[in-house]
Amino acid sequence: MTAAAPEPIPVVVIGGYLGAGKTTLINHLLRHAGGRRIAVLVNDFGEINIDADLIEGAEGGVLSLAGGCVCCAFGADLMGALDDLRDLDPRPDMVLIETSGVGLPGAVARSVGLASGLTAIGVAVVADAETLRARAADRYVGDTVLTQLRDADLLLLSKTDLAGEAETAAVRVWLAGVAPRAAVVTTDHGRAPPDLVLGPREAPPAALAEGAVVAETHAHFRTGVRRFSDPVDVAALAAELTAPGSQIVRAKGAVTDLDGTRKLLQVVGRRAAVTARADDPRTEGLIVWIAVDPHPH
Amino acid sequence: MAAFTVYRARRIHTMNPSRPTATHVAVRDGRILGVGDLEDLAGWGPYRLDEVFADKVLLPGFVEGHTHLMAGGAWRYVYCGVFDARDPDGDLVKGSPSFDAVVEALQRRAQATADDGGPVAGWGFDPIYFGAERLTRAHLDRVSADRPVGVMHASGHILVANSVALRLADQLRPGIDHPGVPLGDDGLPTGELKGPEAMIPLMKVVGLGAQLEGADGPGLRAFSRLAVGAGVTTATELGAPFSRRALDAFKHETAQADFPLRLVWLLRTIGMTPAAAFDQAVALKAESSDRLRLGAVKVVADGSIQGFSARLRWPGYYNGAPQGLWYVAPEDLRAIYALGLKHGVQVHTHTNGDEATDLALDCLESALREHTGPDHRFMLQHCQLADAAQFRRMKALGFGVNLFANHHFYWGDMHRSVTVGPERAERMNACRTALETGVPFAIHSDAPVTPMAPLFTAWCAVNRLTASGRTLGEAQRIGVMDALRAVTLGAAWSLKLDSEIGSIEVGKQADFAVLGDDPFEVAPERLKDVPVWGVVQGGRVFPA
Ligand SMILES: [Zn+2]
Repeated sequence: MTAAAPEPIPVVVIGGYLGAGKTTLINHLLRHAGGRRIAVLVNDFGEINIDADLIEGAEGGVLSLAGGCVCCAFGADLMGALDDLRDLDPRPDMVLIETSGVGLPGAVARSVGLASGLTAIGVAVVADAETLRARAADRYVGDTVLTQLRDADLLLLSKTDLAGEAETAAVRVWLAGVAPRAAVVTTDHGRAPPDLVLGPREAPPAALAEGAVVAETHAHFRTGVRRFSDPVDVAALAAELTAPGSQIVRAKGAVTDLDGTRKLLQVVGRRAAVTARADDPRTEGLIVWIAVDPHPH
Repeated sequence: MAAFTVYRARRIHTMNPSRPTATHVAVRDGRILGVGDLEDLAGWGPYRLDEVFADKVLLPGFVEGHTHLMAGGAWRYVYCGVFDARDPDGDLVKGSPSFDAVVEALQRRAQATADDGGPVAGWGFDPIYFGAERLTRAHLDRVSADRPVGVMHASGHILVANSVALRLADQLRPGIDHPGVPLGDDGLPTGELKGPEAMIPLMKVVGLGAQLEGADGPGLRAFSRLAVGAGVTTATELGAPFSRRALDAFKHETAQADFPLRLVWLLRTIGMTPAAAFDQAVALKAESSDRLRLGAVKVVADGSIQGFSARLRWPGYYNGAPQGLWYVAPEDLRAIYALGLKHGVQVHTHTNGDEATDLALDCLESALREHTGPDHRFMLQHCQLADAAQFRRMKALGFGVNLFANHHFYWGDMHRSVTVGPERAERMNACRTALETGVPFAIHSDAPVTPMAPLFTAWCAVNRLTASGRTLGEAQRIGVMDALRAVTLGAAWSLKLDSEIGSIEVGKQADFAVLGDDPFEVAPERLKDVPVWGVVQGGRVFPA
């Protein structure tokens, strides 16, 4: 990559079985994009119902959404759609790919790796707490559901209100066995804190000082920052933030590596993505993180 | 003044059991006025006797129930298959029996197009005839060091690209981590690209874009010439996603007086909701013409057996490969069937593995509990691994099946030794079981996956010989009559066209396959060698 090349556009793949709540999540993220220009790629428009009030226009298979966001259906040609996204002007800040109900999000994330100018930073899988274990035992789709769960870096457990506390707790125990790698987060009605998927703002309020914790409206999430005035071993930092016991489920920030190069570090659940970073003194040496309580409620 | 034409033939096999053979057929307004001897036909009034087929044998025009127009589009590129083949002009194109021959064929094209300097692309390469050795970018770099070069495998699931092409697509870099992109000892891609995500970024670069699909006027035209050479008067497009532009091109082309084929274009459900697909299918049906039939729907349930993406029941793949992939969620397949029954729209379902077939059976059974579906005629396409119990359920639910008989020859040896093992390989594409269970069936080529040639396809069902000469599944062989019925009336039934085509009898379309020999007189193992003179389509004569 030459010095002039733009930073790759971060991509989060959103997977999960039919009806798990992917559409609810994506509508929620679009509604709370907070100025980020998000491009959503969906398998087909039928599988996602973008809330009508978010849609500002439609042209050539692309929906224009509020706040400069767009939504396109890729059908059989994911790679072609990714190509088109890279050429959008203005460039999207972030891409969300919604896989089909039987799609394997890990495979999609690896395919994103073949497209230049984009980087898959993580796989978020939405799982319906009420029906998950039955689906995973289904004769036809059981193995597909299990593979989706294993592909997850971040697992968003939806419909916990329907499942009830006991079943939700049992599902979490069960998930620790079938998807031990994933960071599991409980959401309310498919509404995770948007930053959990989209990533925290890199320039947080000044009040967010070293070690300080700001309680989010979402009860069991905490946000904080870490500052690095000196170069840091980015690989080691990434490993620390994604270690199995870590309560950090999302992090983002720019730091200087030991060799003096600037890096952008993104953590989604148990995956860290490190890419080259252009100069931006505002965010130098600052990692914003989101952590989740080990025992919610 | 003669009001109709009577063709005299050496023999006419009608596929109509009431009058199985004849010597004369009368044609008026593109339809069959009668078939019998001259005396039977003379009663219709003054006629013109045409002796052009006096030494030929006529069969109903062959119906190919599962093809892709890509079979025509592909010939714009360099043929790289092992076997000799006929191009749309009817010329014999030599096969390339070695890697050197493939490289040389591409080099010839590169030299012939030296001025344009654009990409050089080939198709039809099949690695299974070369043991463990793989075609890689090193081979294709010998074709050109400064032009992109690519070769598509016969399966359509793997593309090989040269170094220039990989560089142009930003794929000749270290650090690629993708199951579809094997790396060499140097950490760089070997040039093999497996599966759509790995292939698509290179397709455009090597010039294999939409043109390969052939879903345009010239592609359809080339496809129709292949059909004439194979004795086919009705064929199908089962893959191309819908576009208004393709539809306009098809309408224009099929309306030409010299267009020799009836095309049945199925609407693929990809990229739209089931409900939207059926609304569109219903609307499209009204846009049909005699030579362009629209209104049926195709859905793909799983992948391919040789690509290990088919969904197999226990005990899975013989070589231990992991389970294949679903391309449709069970809930959606169930919804598609319910909508098809509700709207009276025929649904064709691609299933290769036996688990995918089970899912289709379960979904139709469930949908039928809710909706009635008189003569729904839903079809299972390929359905290669179905066992006898599944055929019994097909019969009970009203499914027809279009079996992929050509697989025995092209991939039978591989199925036996690698994919499904000897026992299941012997029951693949179980024509005999279909026949004995009473499941209406057709057989197909899936061209361009294998060449469109119904006599060859019938030969495969009759002999079940593999490329290495093994008879794979003696018990599933069928007779010549049943095989030829499958490529005529059987396939016509599968398209809901059996009242119009598929047999030579009064009132039907005057569609004939004109053969140089009698397929019932040659030895069954010579069936594929019966020469095709051409076709009569809608009463119009088209020599190959
Ligand atoms: Zn096909």
